[in-house]
Amino acid sequence: MTIEDKLGVDKFHTDEINSHIEVDKESTDMEEIQKVIKACPAGLYKLDDENHLLFDHLGCLECGTCRVLSKGKIVKDWEYPIGTRGIEYRMG
Amino acid sequence: MGEDKFDVIIVGGGLAGSTAAYILAQEGMEVLVIERGNYSGSKNMTGGRLYGHSLEKIIPEFAKEAPVERRISKERFSLLTKDSAVTLEYAGAKTGTPGCESYSVLRAGFDRWLAEKAEEEGAMYIYGIRVDDLIVRDGRVCGVIAGDEEMESDLVILADGVNSLLAQKIGMKKELLPSQSAVGAKEIIQLDAATIEQRFQLNPGEGLAWIFQGDCTDGRIGDGFLYTNKDTVSLGVLTTIEDIDGKETTIPQLVDRLKNHPAVKPLIEGGKLVEYSAHLVPEGGYSMVPTLYRDGVLLAGDAASLVINLGFMIRGMDLAIESGRLAAQTAAAAKEKGDFSADTLASYQQALEDSFVMKDLKFYDGYEKVMEDRRLYQDCPAKADRLFADLFVVDGSGAKDISKKIVPDLIEGLENYNS
Repeated sequence: MTIEDKLGVDKFHTDEINSHIEVDKESTDMEEIQKVIKACPAGLYKLDDENHLLFDHLGCLECGTCRVLSKGKIVKDWEYPIGTRGIEYRMG
Repeated sequence: MGEDKFDVIIVGGGLAGSTAAYILAQEGMEVLVIERGNYSGSKNMTGGRLYGHSLEKIIPEFAKEAPVERRISKERFSLLTKDSAVTLEYAGAKTGTPGCESYSVLRAGFDRWLAEKAEEEGAMYIYGIRVDDLIVRDGRVCGVIAGDEEMESDLVILADGVNSLLAQKIGMKKELLPSQSAVGAKEIIQLDAATIEQRFQLNPGEGLAWIFQGDCTDGRIGDGFLYTNKDTVSLGVLTTIEDIDGKETTIPQLVDRLKNHPAVKPLIEGGKLVEYSAHLVPEGGYSMVPTLYRDGVLLAGDAASLVINLGFMIRGMDLAIESGRLAAQTAAAAKEKGDFSADTLASYQQALEDSFVMKDLKFYDGYEKVMEDRRLYQDCPAKADRLFADLFVVDGSGAKDISKKIVPDLIEGLENYNS
């Protein structure tokens, strides 16, 4: 089961327009990029074939790991989604 | 006092927030809880097990009405290598005696129940509102700001969780450090109750708490966990954020690693994933606890970093509940006095110091350094595996004198530990 499959089981009220996390997608700091790729429990940080950083807030579990790890580096800004939006745990 | 001004506004409807709301409402105070999720618990997750003692003081026999999953009657601890497990199991009579009970819980249901209890007592809740900032006048917190709206109160209790961005904004807390925070990821796997009871050898209603160290974190600082719920199993991994580097595995891969370990796989066979979740855990111990009070504001629960992680035992919820209770008592006394200044609110700090919360945090102060010893996650499981293989495996090549192996190993271990 892929991480995408796992997130597919969860309930989200995604804010399709605004991302609550602002990521420096132009970053070429590979060491830092590898850290957030490994640490994000939702696997939302990825590299494309040309080693460009990809990030989508869709599927974010709002844990804050990337903020703790890379605030001021890869992560330019990290807020909680606006009220009602984002992950909604039915079990927790 | 203006009609629209509350005595207390609580940010966050989790366990600390709702406990405080419950008690404040009982005291007849005007209390508003603001929760960013659509219901209490909708943003929360736990491993998890709740040690019942602190809630028991507030709502005696709460487990009879609260949506707890199972009463924990059995503890397991395993050291894992890639293909072996050395396991210790404890089924003690004392775990079930009054005052010592603990329960597996799922937060969406549990937190919702506690919020409803607080509402029944008269606390007001608003859901789906994110508090963006605090109203601060002359250094005094006077209320909250959410979007264009401002709401005022004599006191604000920040119970907004481990990432308390509000406490950071007003300078009570610094940014969390990767060395002081762990990330937990968990799967909830559905099985029926009878299967759980059979596979984990449990009586109906009773449950197992199981901690793993070693292969499940790929040798990183952290642990794996498994808790049996009514008809699901909570299974996951917790790793110190600073220790992410150095190994190639990702957090989602670690969860799969535990699921596929030979000691675990057959026990969850045929189970269906029903939820995947993740959360941070503050684990800096006593030294990480921030300033807890200021003019017009208190911190409680995870926002105050009130968590004890000993590897074989992780406690946060019982501390959150106690801190919520003590914050409410402090608020009630401040109201009586008509003074919500830091001088008055300092009694919150004192009450926490006098309670098990700070006593236990202090008792284990520095223990996080022990937990940072990577040998616990790398050498120990490998050594335990070799030792037990020598004890139990017969390959016909002649018996080994294990005393010659065990004694030097033990001495080496003790020497290492002392150094």
